[in-house]
Amino acid sequence: MSGNGTGIGASVKRKEDARFLTGRGRYTDDINLPGQLYGYILRSGMAHAKIGAVHTDAAKAAPGVHAVFTGKDMEGVGGIPTGWLIHSKDGSPMVEPAHPALATDKVRYVGDCVAIVVAETAEQARSAANLIDVEREELPAVASIEAAEADGAALVHDEAPGNVCYDWEVGDRAATDAAFDAADHVVSIDVVNNRLIPNAIEPRAAIANFDPATGEYTLYTTSQNPHLVRLLLGAFVLGLPEHKLRIVAPDVGGGFGSKIPHYAEEAILTWTAGQLGRPVKWTCERLDAFKSDTHGRDHISTAKLALDADGHFLGLHVTTRANLGAYLSTFATCVPTYLYGILFAGPYTTPAVYCEVKSFFTNTVPVDALRGAGRPEATYLLERLVDKAAVELGMDRVEIRRKNFIREFPYQTPVALQYDQGDYDATLDLALEAADWAGFEARRAEAAARGKHRGIGISTFLEACGIAPSAVVGSLGARAGLYESGSVRVHPTGSVSVFTGTHSHGQGHETTFAQIVSDMLGVDFDAVDVVHGDSAKIPFGMGTYGSRSLAVGGTAIYLAVEKVIEKGRKIAAHLLEASAEDIEFENGSFTVAGTDRSKTLGEVALTAYVPHNYPEGLEPGLEETAFYDPLNFTFPAGTHIAEVEVDPETGEVELVAVTGADDVGRIINPMIVDGQLHGGLAHGIGQALLEECVYQDDGQLETGSYMNYTMPRAADLPFFNINHNTTLCTHNPLGAKGVGEVGSIGVPPAVINAVIDALRPLGVSDMSMPATSQRVWQAIQRAKG
Amino acid sequence: MPTVRMTVNGMERSGTVEGRTLLVDFLREHLGLTGTHVGCDTSQCGACVVHVNGSSVKSCTCLAVQADGADVTTIEGLANGADLHPMQEAFREHHGLQCGFCTPGMVMSAVDLANRDSDPSEHDVREWLEGNLCRCTGYHNIVKAVQAGARAMGGGS
Repeated sequence: MSGNGTGIGASVKRKEDARFLTGRGRYTDDINLPGQLYGYILRSGMAHAKIGAVHTDAAKAAPGVHAVFTGKDMEGVGGIPTGWLIHSKDGSPMVEPAHPALATDKVRYVGDCVAIVVAETAEQARSAANLIDVEREELPAVASIEAAEADGAALVHDEAPGNVCYDWEVGDRAATDAAFDAADHVVSIDVVNNRLIPNAIEPRAAIANFDPATGEYTLYTTSQNPHLVRLLLGAFVLGLPEHKLRIVAPDVGGGFGSKIPHYAEEAILTWTAGQLGRPVKWTCERLDAFKSDTHGRDHISTAKLALDADGHFLGLHVTTRANLGAYLSTFATCVPTYLYGILFAGPYTTPAVYCEVKSFFTNTVPVDALRGAGRPEATYLLERLVDKAAVELGMDRVEIRRKNFIREFPYQTPVALQYDQGDYDATLDLALEAADWAGFEARRAEAAARGKHRGIGISTFLEACGIAPSAVVGSLGARAGLYESGSVRVHPTGSVSVFTGTHSHGQGHETTFAQIVSDMLGVDFDAVDVVHGDSAKIPFGMGTYGSRSLAVGGTAIYLAVEKVIEKGRKIAAHLLEASAEDIEFENGSFTVAGTDRSKTLGEVALTAYVPHNYPEGLEPGLEETAFYDPLNFTFPAGTHIAEVEVDPETGEVELVAVTGADDVGRIINPMIVDGQLHGGLAHGIGQALLEECVYQDDGQLETGSYMNYTMPRAADLPFFNINHNTTLCTHNPLGAKGVGEVGSIGVPPAVINAVIDALRPLGVSDMSMPATSQRVWQAIQRAKG
Repeated sequence: MPTVRMTVNGMERSGTVEGRTLLVDFLREHLGLTGTHVGCDTSQCGACVVHVNGSSVKSCTCLAVQADGADVTTIEGLANGADLHPMQEAFREHHGLQCGFCTPGMVMSAVDLANRDSDPSEHDVREWLEGNLCRCTGYHNIVKAVQAGARAMGGGS
């Protein structure tokens, strides 16, 4: 690794930017196919209703309309599958109700798909949808966890008594109980993890086409993982062989987890294109996106921490209820379980941990992964509880954390994970210094002189990324592998195409992966292009989520490059009349060790494709593929510190400073890594201070647009103070851990701990997310009595 | 149906539209200028910002007929051939974009600010971008890019 101007470790400007900055990006809605029609999805306006006849004659007769299809028309087509089977404590499998793409007998949330209208123009399709008459019998709705578990609650699915999907546990309950029996102190907390709406700025869209000449379907879709969509859509929903189904996820305008799932609309569009023999395009309007993109979080938890007299953690017991929404989205079931319960050791040596999670169906939008997915929920609970323990024991908030840090690696937690490497003291020290923690009381006093209550909060956290290995996740119920693929094609004159199974929707893979390959092969950065997102071009890959792309996908590319070099060594040895063992490869040249005799990569590549003088028995060509299945998760960790000022008259919280000290493993492109941290922090701050999805009791979505769902805006945020301390992941050759979710995992408890710290002098000791001015003001009034 | 005529990125363009056709749909669907994006339907996200007679306008909140006779600039018309506009260059240099979807609106909005203020403060930039949503960047690098771009423009585009 040469570390040159464009190599590993350099803040190379992004390849992607030229097209994005000049309006030449190619997002799904920018694509138009000859002869295309437009689809409009009619959605349920009721949260829960029986459906009778759906009268479509008037819509079919409307101007420009080609077809109207309902659930009845799609009967016989498979339902939308889910990707992870969870077993309950008693060993029984979760309840897994059918999820028809178009509703048949019932609708189960506001936004549920009822019919598709296909017309010459989008406006005609939308207008005609108003003419569809759906016979409905409204049923009582359960729009929250509390409503779902109430005695006599309406059932979202008849086969799920009590609306329970599963009742899961992890950890040793008996050992944890014993820890509490032996404890000097027990500290408990109740927290709600607020429901969020992802809101990637590009709405979902899709264009499906069927070519009768080849029998091939093509679906352009806003996906983070085109092969996953192909597998689910082809094998489970439509019954199409995969060589006749091409999925293209072109430029995608942000995902944040909401573009992982295989959505009903993708199935409806593809099936409809097959029925009509013409391309059908659908673009989700933002108002529909609010009620059809998967939502995130939505937990209610109670937890208690057992401590000895010195503040050492002895045991942690967590009981969580999670909302899954009306149907099981692709990764819905694993988010509150295997991406949540196994995080509760955090960076601490707590010897006994037990977590139980009961997940419920409700008449709300399906809930799935959202930036962090399970790990923000766990981190928030743990870091709120640790802060509370410090206060109740009269200990310093920093010292109680430091007292319990893990310092010996590998470390086997009591909840399944084995951490390979980390240095939590280093990131803590770095953050304290960068945030001038020691100088805070002076700032608090200065603010007080201005009538403001200033507070500081901290979160020391750990996350598990790059979920794997496949055999382990398979044993835990995953229905897919979690490896990644990479292909490296050296062209005859030495330029390189890289094919990755990951997908970039803002992360800059085209740049980062090109840096790795150009560095390893010693070719110009500009001579390397990265291809992703088209199932017809790339090897089977699992896509991008869980901060996996560099650690897993980057490693696959790394291994493919190694194979290329190994083959090139044989070709060079032949040309140089030397033994392959004597050939060294450096800076793009194969050299006979100890001599000046060498061949460039370009010469070797040309020989591979024009093999007139070639090693006997060696295949021509210079292209290699690697599939990499990680040995373990990766474990990014760090410390986040937030500083706020509260106006006691209005309850308004101003976020004054945010400091992060993060260990994300090997950094390929510092500019891109910091950008990922910024975005994650904004997402986490949004959850802590601004964002909340609210349903009315009847299942109507109250926060259904940007008018009343508060997205973070530029003026809501400060500049972020980002710092790094790197330890390398021990089990991938890049030493990479992952960075995309760090901010959204680490910062929410730091912000809320800061708000509570600010309000404690007023008698406030608890605060829910989001800490809006209304909520803060009310807490101040309550504390006044 | 009415016919509209306007100058778009320096070229005379015309088309027959419905009365309800939005300027953004005219640009995207009639003229194929897909650099201007639609991210919402409540005039909140700003992905659709273009310049109409030199001022930034949300093209989802303007009918095509309202722009009849106007001089319209979209993101496609900002660069000078292969040379990026200083604001585009600043976004590239400061990593002010990730997925790129909000970017055209951000850049067009930023150019309007820079035309009014060649050295905007951090506070001014953050307040100016009130109508532009980004979910990727946390605005950190966008703010830096807008300040740098405004200085590079030197008070005019």
